[in-house]
Amino acid sequence: MKKLVILGGGTAGTMVAAKLRPRLDDDEWTITMIDHEPTHYYQPGFLFIPFGIYTPDDVVKPKADFVPAGVDYIEAEIELVEPEDNRVRLGDGTVVEYDYLVVATGTSIRPDETPGLDGPEYGKTIHDFYTLDGAKALAEALRLWEGGRLVLNIVEMPIKCPVAPLEFIFLADSYFQEKGIRDQVELTYVTPLDGAFTKPIAAKHLGSLLEDKKVNLEADFYLERVDADERKLVSYDEREIDYDLLVTIPLNMGADVIARSGLGNEMNYVPVDSGNFLSKQYDNVFAIGDAADLPTSKAGSVAHFAVEVFTENFLRHIEGLPMLLEFDGHANCFIESGHGKGLLIDFNYDTEPLPGKYPLPGIGPFTLLRETEMNHWGKMIFKWTYWNMLLRGKELPLPHEMLMAGKIDEGVR
Amino acid sequence: MPVTTIGDQEIHVDDEGFLTEYDEWNEDLAKELASNIGIAELNDDHWKVISFLRSDYQEQGETATLRRVTAVGGIPTKELFQLFPKKPARKMSYVAGLPKPAGCI
Repeated sequence: MKKLVILGGGTAGTMVAAKLRPRLDDDEWTITMIDHEPTHYYQPGFLFIPFGIYTPDDVVKPKADFVPAGVDYIEAEIELVEPEDNRVRLGDGTVVEYDYLVVATGTSIRPDETPGLDGPEYGKTIHDFYTLDGAKALAEALRLWEGGRLVLNIVEMPIKCPVAPLEFIFLADSYFQEKGIRDQVELTYVTPLDGAFTKPIAAKHLGSLLEDKKVNLEADFYLERVDADERKLVSYDEREIDYDLLVTIPLNMGADVIARSGLGNEMNYVPVDSGNFLSKQYDNVFAIGDAADLPTSKAGSVAHFAVEVFTENFLRHIEGLPMLLEFDGHANCFIESGHGKGLLIDFNYDTEPLPGKYPLPGIGPFTLLRETEMNHWGKMIFKWTYWNMLLRGKELPLPHEMLMAGKIDEGVR
Repeated sequence: MPVTTIGDQEIHVDDEGFLTEYDEWNEDLAKELASNIGIAELNDDHWKVISFLRSDYQEQGETATLRRVTAVGGIPTKELFQLFPKKPARKMSYVAGLPKPAGCI
């Protein structure tokens, strides 16, 4: 029997298991998925919890519910990968051997990497919404808040779902208006990039959104430390931003076990071929989803299209055949913009988000780079699609490669 | 894609003046680009950053973040702010002929 081991039962790992199990002969292959966390989180839903739009029930299901029939599931800490010996050591001392390994251990926030961030004020005047606990604490803080300076900051790129911070600030604008206290709230968006919109065409179409919603922008702000007692952010070039309530997107890093195992780069992401996800070090190790060092967004959408390419390639690779498909970095993301509207973007490694219609050229129903109610409904329906289609490995009627059909190429990159 | 002339060289740039062709860059061009943004002379420390960025881009397919220049290139973040004042991420990629750090939109 040949053994495929998948590390991580999140979005990418679960989809890999669901796609490969029906394609690998039960008499020849075992598939084992290992994860320490019993709960599967619908992470795009974390954004809605602080505003009371979702409750924790919307975003939580047992991981075991999504283990495909015929896949062995081990709930355990992953202690060490020993790629030279093709084996994985678990927290309880068990050793799991593999012929092929798929690393899908994701990325997570590291508030402890920024001086002053991860102290006694975390969960009080400093919040995140990238964990369920963080989002719940923030919901409570917002519910009781009477106004003041709400500052949202991104510590460093890359982050999981790079549009989520913008969505948060748009939803905050909407939320405080509905509460009738918008005039008592100052919203500030702080980014290390040179603007909220850094791609020329998106900037042209969406550049005025922050101004329209009366959100201050602090660009090129590279955070050195947080003074939690004085409630201020301090940058490397000694700029300061005062806050009453800080919503932070801390540094994102891959899993520590990747670093311990010598499989990662400086951010604990696994260096892979960006076209086929094969490790640059080992010919029987792949990394997929947020765990890989792909030059694109860390997002479930990237994982979804990537898994389709991976599946076909993997089946050839194990036969000793060359991998034929090349991943183009395709992703698409709904972006909530508040007041019941949303945006949609569709892009890849080489093509920035363009205006147009998606998925059907000229028809949609979704509209790229423009606020519409339909886009908002697309985002809300996606939760059902995620739990019932994506995680089950069912086909969505969407090609994995990005298509120019339906897009308006405005001639600049 | 706009074409512009810097020194005696024709180069392809984006709307903000960032080089779009990796291979059109050379050291003389870097000096001209630096002087465009108020860096009169590129010293050894500047060159160390630039050569790290150039080689890292070739391997990674994207411009290194400040954190990566510090962690992998070994140049402290404070020093990057001295070498390329105010906006090091943007300025160092401009001089190195690479795309500026960007988000997905």
